[in-house]
Amino acid sequence: MDALDLARWQFGVTTVYHFLFVPLTIGLGIFVAGLQTAWHRTGKEHYLRLTKFFGKLFLINFAMGVVTGLVQEFQFGMNWSEYSTFVGDVFGAPLAMEALLAFFLESTFLGLWIFGWDRLPKRIHLACIWAATIGSNLSAYFILAANAWMKHPVGYEVVDGRARMTDLWAVLTNSTALAQVPHVIAASFVIAGGFVIAVSGYRITRERRMAADADATVPFTRAARGRVAARLTGDPAMWRSSLRAALVMTAIAGAVVAGSGDLSGQYLREQQPMKLAAAEGLRHDEKGAPFSPVPGIEVPNMLSLLAAHDPGAEVQGIDDIQRRYEQRFGPGDYVPNLPVVYWSFRVMTGFGLSTVGLSLLGLWLTRRRRPAPEWFARICLLALPLPTLAMIAGWLLSEIGRQPWTVQGELLTAASVSPGVSLSEVAISLAIFTALYGVLAIAEARLLVRYVKAGPEPVETPLEPRLPDDIDAQAARLAPTLMY
Amino acid sequence: MELTTFWFLVIAFLWTGYFVLEGFDFGVGALLPVLSRGEGERRQMLATIGPVWDGNEVWLITAVGAMFAAFPAWYARLLSGFYLPLVMVLAGLIVRGVALEWRGKVEGRERALCDAGIVAGSVLTAFLWGAIFGNLLYGTMAATVLGGALSLTLAVVHGAVFVALKTTGPLRARARHTALAVSVAALPVAIVALPALPGAGAANAAWTSHPVLWLAALAAMIALASAVALIWRRREGWAFTATAASIVLVTGTLFGTLWREPLPGLTVAEAASGPYTLGVMTWIGLIALPFVLAYQGWTYWVFRRRVTA
Ligand code: HDD
Ligand code: HEM
Ligand code: HEM
Repeated sequence: MDALDLARWQFGVTTVYHFLFVPLTIGLGIFVAGLQTAWHRTGKEHYLRLTKFFGKLFLINFAMGVVTGLVQEFQFGMNWSEYSTFVGDVFGAPLAMEALLAFFLESTFLGLWIFGWDRLPKRIHLACIWAATIGSNLSAYFILAANAWMKHPVGYEVVDGRARMTDLWAVLTNSTALAQVPHVIAASFVIAGGFVIAVSGYRITRERRMAADADATVPFTRAARGRVAARLTGDPAMWRSSLRAALVMTAIAGAVVAGSGDLSGQYLREQQPMKLAAAEGLRHDEKGAPFSPVPGIEVPNMLSLLAAHDPGAEVQGIDDIQRRYEQRFGPGDYVPNLPVVYWSFRVMTGFGLSTVGLSLLGLWLTRRRRPAPEWFARICLLALPLPTLAMIAGWLLSEIGRQPWTVQGELLTAASVSPGVSLSEVAISLAIFTALYGVLAIAEARLLVRYVKAGPEPVETPLEPRLPDDIDAQAARLAPTLMY
Repeated sequence: MELTTFWFLVIAFLWTGYFVLEGFDFGVGALLPVLSRGEGERRQMLATIGPVWDGNEVWLITAVGAMFAAFPAWYARLLSGFYLPLVMVLAGLIVRGVALEWRGKVEGRERALCDAGIVAGSVLTAFLWGAIFGNLLYGTMAATVLGGALSLTLAVVHGAVFVALKTTGPLRARARHTALAVSVAALPVAIVALPALPGAGAANAAWTSHPVLWLAALAAMIALASAVALIWRRREGWAFTATAASIVLVTGTLFGTLWREPLPGLTVAEAASGPYTLGVMTWIGLIALPFVLAYQGWTYWVFRRRVTA
């Protein structure tokens, strides 16, 4: 174990951790903005309650995205100083643009949204949440363009041992990025959709149970019934609408994920053949290569079809690529960790597509005003872990599959690490971050569960039909729930 | 102007913006238990920074990102060189950020924990920034501690003045008194730290060849002293301007000293990216920065009213 190994662990741990929160920020932000827009359009109070409810969950999660992102920003310089010096010219530019164009937008307008409920005219207040979520999505674009450059470096030349950018436009429109950006952003929408599906399904079962309890207490006193009714902030129509909206979002995003994932696969064949070969465990160059969804089952010609849309196309194999790389780059081991890459590809596609399948099933079951069946409301909970695991697996495939390179064909990971940083320093920081992150993860999970269980804030005055211009009054009543 | 000079100035500007803006929210965080009596006042205090602190922190992210893009070698060596202090900075910012966002969503013991996190994170980070830069310039233990004391006390005075400026009632009065009391510590620290600093190490050369740095240091002390007088006379808006000016001048002095050789043995020219990167980034910066300044300014305007209990 040396500083390099620990630095890799640290990068892996902190990045995967950052990425637990990021997709929810990206997808749930848009979902909340959509809910608030629906409230503005229709004036229906349940949209406002949903906006507040999911808005609060969004903010709890957002805090974690912000603080873990800070670590990422510093980490390149701290642990990977050789890498940073080598690529800063090219790689730093999208990072700086992300801060300047996206993070300012996101943080400033989110502050306005949280505290602006009773300060801003309602249209401007709505515009604030949109500006903030556009910021989140923009930030994803820049950082993914930077990440894509590591897989497929373009728009640069190497001068005096440092990469020099020659064409920013080429970096920002890298083919790899144009496949990766929709893939990851749509996958974030799948995760956020899955989150809302899980929460809505949970609330549906819970409120049905509470309603049943309330019926069972009929013979008891009126006071007891009142208490139960007060806990019952339930509103089946409300949860049905959030469930349906999330199912639609997940299904559409799922189609984009599959399409862009397919495109990524095509690019892999040209740009990162080793990753493709590793994902399939293909040993030798082969025309009409087969694909095995799980070990033991082989679909002939399928890999060639997937990777090149041509059943007869040649796909390069691990051992042959290794031989060619040795000729090109000198002796060395150019093979990534095969089992990890192989399985992460299957977990990503398998778990990801099952989430999409779940959403299609849900859409069918709840068609034309049908209530969600009990068993479906229960399995909705799966929509939370499944896509999250798919997302983590996707990153493992992407990052570990690229090894031993940090910048494909240009810079080895072993040559990227900070030379002056000692093993014990990395060990200390890894320990601190891991401990801190562990505690915070538990705290966040408990906080989210508590708020999901509590349900949306009850409306203080009796529900009565409202016109859209009553919106301000509604907002004022619910406003304190989002304040400090 | 050469592009490297321009980008050095941009980075100095971003760090200065960061210290001025996050300076007061560090101060507010550090003073939370000192100024407030009870939950109502704690909320009142935190409401003054609630809408803006995250935007303030993005100044740091932008400063660091701009260093990465414009001076990769500076970014890489500075960050790997101050490894453990930066781990602590990050830990402080993490705890503080989460505590600020979550405190309103929890109760009882958990809320008390959040308050502790806000205080600890603010004090620790405000101290560490000064310590890191003090150490960078002079490499001695004394400079490290002195630098930390300077940044912490400046932030606390700045924060106290901010609370006095943004609140009403007993909190406002208490904030004024605290600002005065802490200035009694901050001013001597500044007087010792600022002129003593050039007395040592590599930075000496910068100070002798650029006497303007002496002037900036002197002006920083004058600004701080006038802040004391202005608080005394209840001119809170002007006092805040004065504390902000003293932070600007201290940061200006710092970056003036770092100019040419931001790290021992590394010149600005060696650290810089190629002319193409600097050129396109200049255009992007010139177009984007005015918008950023405009909407951040607008936020402060929206929340311009004093926060009542
Ligand atoms: C696909 C999207 C994506 C990816 C790959 C990354 N991030 Fe991230 N990041 C976001 C998407 C995002 C976000 C959605 O925009 C966040 C999450 C919560 C938030 O506030 O913004 C964020 C927050 C965030 C912040 C805090 C911003 C603030 O204070 O408002 C920083 C400094 C970074 N990130 C930096 C990084 C770095 C250096 C990464 C490279 C390893 C990285 N992120 C990977
Ligand atoms: C712009 C975004 C990203 C950049 C620039 C980036 C860059 C890097 C770098 C420099 C390393 C260290 C060298 C190495 O070990 O390969 C690394 C490793 C790693 N990254 Fe990424 N990464 C990014 C996004 C992500 C994300 C979002 C995840 C997952 C959530 C991720 C997962 C990993 C993992 C697991 C490793 C460890 C792999 C290993 O060392 O074997 N990365 N990446
Ligand atoms: C919800 C389901 C899915 C999720 C959450 C998901 C997530 C991810 C993530 C986070 C990455 C790393 C970023 C990147 O390299 O683009 C990735 C990479 C990839 N995904 Fe997916 N994915 C899903 C489904 C799919 C599907 C269905 C396919 C294929 C049809 C696919 C093909 C790929 C490929 C080929 C890569 C590697 C790209 C590269 O490393 O350059 N993904 N996925």
